[in-house]
Amino acid sequence: MAYMHIGKDFVPPDVPGKVTGRIKYAEDYARDGMVYARLLTSPVPHGRVVDIDASAALAMDGVFGILTADDVYPDGEPQSPGLKVLTNEPTLMGEPILAVAAIDEKTAEDAIAAISLTIERLPFVLDPLDSLQEGGENAYNGGNTFIFREGFAEEKWTADQVASFRSGSEPTAEALQSWEYGDLAAGFAAADFVHETTFSTAGYPHMSMEPRSAMAYWENGKCYLHGTSQSLSAIAEPMAAIVGVPLEDFVFINEATGGGFGQRARAGSIPSMAIPAKLSQKINRPVMMRVTREEEFTIGGARQGLQGWLKVGFKADGSMSAMDMYCISDNGGKGGGGDANSAAAGVSALYQTEAMRFRNTSIGTNTGHRGAQRGPGENQIMAVMAPIMDKAAESLGLDRLEIRKLNAAQNGDVSGPRSTPFTSAYMPEALEQGAAQFDWEGKKSRARQTNGSKVRGFGIGQGYHNAGRSGMDGIIRLMPSGRLQIHNGVGNLGTYSYASTSRAAAEVLKMEWENCDVVTGRTDRHLPITSPQDGSNSIFTNTRTCFGAAQDLLAKMKEIAAMDLGGDVADYDVDGVRVHQIADNTVGMTYAEVAQRGMELGGKFSGESDLPEELNTLTALSVSRLAGSALMGIYHDPRHSNNPPGFTVTFMEIELDKETGKFDILDLVTIAECGTVVHPQGLANQLRGGAVWGIGLSALERHLYDPQNGLPASSGFWQSKIPTYLDTPAEIGTGWVDLPDPENPVGARGIGEPSMGAVSAALNAAISDALGGHMFDAAPVTTDMIVNHIAGISEDATPLAQNNFRG
Amino acid sequence: MNPKLTRRRFIKGVIASGAAATSTTIWYSANGQSRPAGAVERMIRININGQMRNVDVAPQETLASTLRYKLGLTGTKLGCNRGECGACTVLVNDVPSYACSVLTHSVKNMRVESVEGLEAANGDLHPVQQAFVDELSPQCGYCTPGQVMSAVGLLRSNPNPTREEARQGMAGNICRCGSYDSYLNGVMRAAQIG
Repeated sequence: MAYMHIGKDFVPPDVPGKVTGRIKYAEDYARDGMVYARLLTSPVPHGRVVDIDASAALAMDGVFGILTADDVYPDGEPQSPGLKVLTNEPTLMGEPILAVAAIDEKTAEDAIAAISLTIERLPFVLDPLDSLQEGGENAYNGGNTFIFREGFAEEKWTADQVASFRSGSEPTAEALQSWEYGDLAAGFAAADFVHETTFSTAGYPHMSMEPRSAMAYWENGKCYLHGTSQSLSAIAEPMAAIVGVPLEDFVFINEATGGGFGQRARAGSIPSMAIPAKLSQKINRPVMMRVTREEEFTIGGARQGLQGWLKVGFKADGSMSAMDMYCISDNGGKGGGGDANSAAAGVSALYQTEAMRFRNTSIGTNTGHRGAQRGPGENQIMAVMAPIMDKAAESLGLDRLEIRKLNAAQNGDVSGPRSTPFTSAYMPEALEQGAAQFDWEGKKSRARQTNGSKVRGFGIGQGYHNAGRSGMDGIIRLMPSGRLQIHNGVGNLGTYSYASTSRAAAEVLKMEWENCDVVTGRTDRHLPITSPQDGSNSIFTNTRTCFGAAQDLLAKMKEIAAMDLGGDVADYDVDGVRVHQIADNTVGMTYAEVAQRGMELGGKFSGESDLPEELNTLTALSVSRLAGSALMGIYHDPRHSNNPPGFTVTFMEIELDKETGKFDILDLVTIAECGTVVHPQGLANQLRGGAVWGIGLSALERHLYDPQNGLPASSGFWQSKIPTYLDTPAEIGTGWVDLPDPENPVGARGIGEPSMGAVSAALNAAISDALGGHMFDAAPVTTDMIVNHIAGISEDATPLAQNNFRG
Repeated sequence: MNPKLTRRRFIKGVIASGAAATSTTIWYSANGQSRPAGAVERMIRININGQMRNVDVAPQETLASTLRYKLGLTGTKLGCNRGECGACTVLVNDVPSYACSVLTHSVKNMRVESVEGLEAANGDLHPVQQAFVDELSPQCGYCTPGQVMSAVGLLRSNPNPTREEARQGMAGNICRCGSYDSYLNGVMRAAQIG
């Protein structure tokens, strides 16, 4: 289909501000009379605050006030494992206990040094399996796990059960969570190749470039909060609740966000923004709270680590007949996350497993706050699975590409425990396109060729993530000036989906993009509830809402024209400037005239009546405040059917130096299968960025804690080692299948998460290939692990270790 | 009220901090950092983006802090404040430098350029900035000013780098979004048009 905007590049309106430094992040704002907050954080990984004596601090010159957990939670802290605004019961080192506001940061830090904190040190634990073992310590005060609707609980295995698992056997304890489908026993009975192994994947921090600094002030009873998020509108209501202010008196301001990756999507994952808001309320001054890199490491989120066992069977033709997976998920100190479940569902989707069982138990440790991080679960497990796919191919005498095509998801396929159909799926096409672009047939014979100490390795990776929501709202306005204002609450953190999804509205109304404004950046610009820019959701979800709102507006434009100019609604069309009769286009009204007329008519035309009944709370509030200001298009998106997938494929060639364990990526091609392409440059950026993240997952990133004291040993960019220019290839090849999805009006689906998983999988497979098929069953595979393997040394001094060196 | 904040001292801060500073940064400037015993707080002149600016700078103050909180030049970002990420990169005598790791007193006789100083007087973007727009190099954008300044510094010393030379030259700047390839595309485009 020929589109005016969809599939075309454009300059998102915030890009000039990013290259000039003009665009403002939360920390760049200032306010008359603003004071500065600093945090006193927990010095122990698990403790209980006994007493806080701040009298000396409060007597210091330039100190304006203190905020403690008792101020925030006068009725006691919520008994749940999630992050608190402030806490008297820290369960990880560095958790904020109190904040002090002062004339400047140094004075605030001097005041904190003058505070006498008495804290009871409680036992801590860093490895979920250590906590699971009888007699092991519990990370939380009420146990070592949290059961939904039941509360804290204690889960323990015998020492033999833990030891057996660590030594490579299937766990024998009953899991807290499970699902299965198909006949597992029959699947394994039909298998000609069965692989069974334990595996581990590391936890590591999100490390967004922008620390989660925030500034707040109160004016005329309203709270204005400058913060950082993956969605202005999805954050607003729950953050207002955390601050303790009615939604109508809360303004969230967030023009740009310096990275989120899953941990700024929900208010509950970033409650620290309430600290300056509540402190400002208490001392009646604007408060800036600048968050340091170390604090960002602590409260900024981390990927869940997995300790797992899996058994997978393949028939002689290469089809995956059965998969049995058991995970222990590291919930960290403030925990939560669904990585294991997503990992299992991802295997089901990507490899079309005929029968499957999934079991999981989530256990807390006194380590970083866990939660969703780019492709949670799927991206870790794909790194583990890719070398297994290669081993199965080799054992069954199949080509590595062919075994993947044989198991690939196609239109009409289903996945997961509920056998949910895909909205569309073209994985075989993506594999073929990637193979052609990479020249798989021409290159694959070079696998394992050596040159001195260096050896070539090839890998094919696949990525998947469920990539689309519905049930959100759209608001657009046709102004008396003739301009279109598209209200969009998606966060602005670099995918540019806040702008690219808005173009679906311009598409419907055939308007030039220069005549459109994206209205975003602060909630008092009256935004609809839109999907956060998380989970690869915003492209699918918000093209639906923008398209729907534009359809509503278009219908109203035609109705007004028919009313004033005669004829029937069906007699009219639009051309981007005028609504006119199809038979005689000289009979019509300009967009400006029809907007003016809509305002005069009022009622449903200007948002004053006949609103969709299902509008979300924030949207209804926004519409009420915009009513009468323009001719309005208002839309509530109904629930869609089935599972809109994002799929990716990566082909990679590496050269690994067996003397150092280091490798260079010689070629990397990654292909997206995400429906119709909305914004090619944005998609290419997601593929490239996902590739960098995939390299981090499979080769570099892990956080480490000192086992004696529970101290984080990797709170910086280098210690946790996010990939740099020199860790990534100088060029990353990209491509896309570009076939439309029927559940989206412009055919689009998301891609941000799986762009990482395919690369992490391809890299692990390539490393394994270079080492003659050796499988580490882990991510990351670090240089020390490679060198140890080549030297014949076991890399598993503590098998399945979490939050520590694996070797 | 802080007894150190006298009216005389406040007015002195207003004069010192220049036209670009907001009233809040003036407040910070006048009171921002206490003096270590025995040290002398100094009013110094530094060349920022081609303009001589008078600033009241504490002895331990970093250039990033001066730019952001005294002069209102918030394009210079603090990603780590410890010399790891490069988000605060500025040019000091044409050399890319981490402003978080440079004491302001050490640059008082040098030329300091921040991202705000690159645009032409008529508003035209610098070739690097324009190339970064054309290539859609930024993602979240937080590291972008630092990437821009490193690229400008690189191209001044090596106007026609190979892609590998550009990769090495930009290696001091981290991008968590992983936009390295797009930034390199931007550097190579800027070299062509620059």
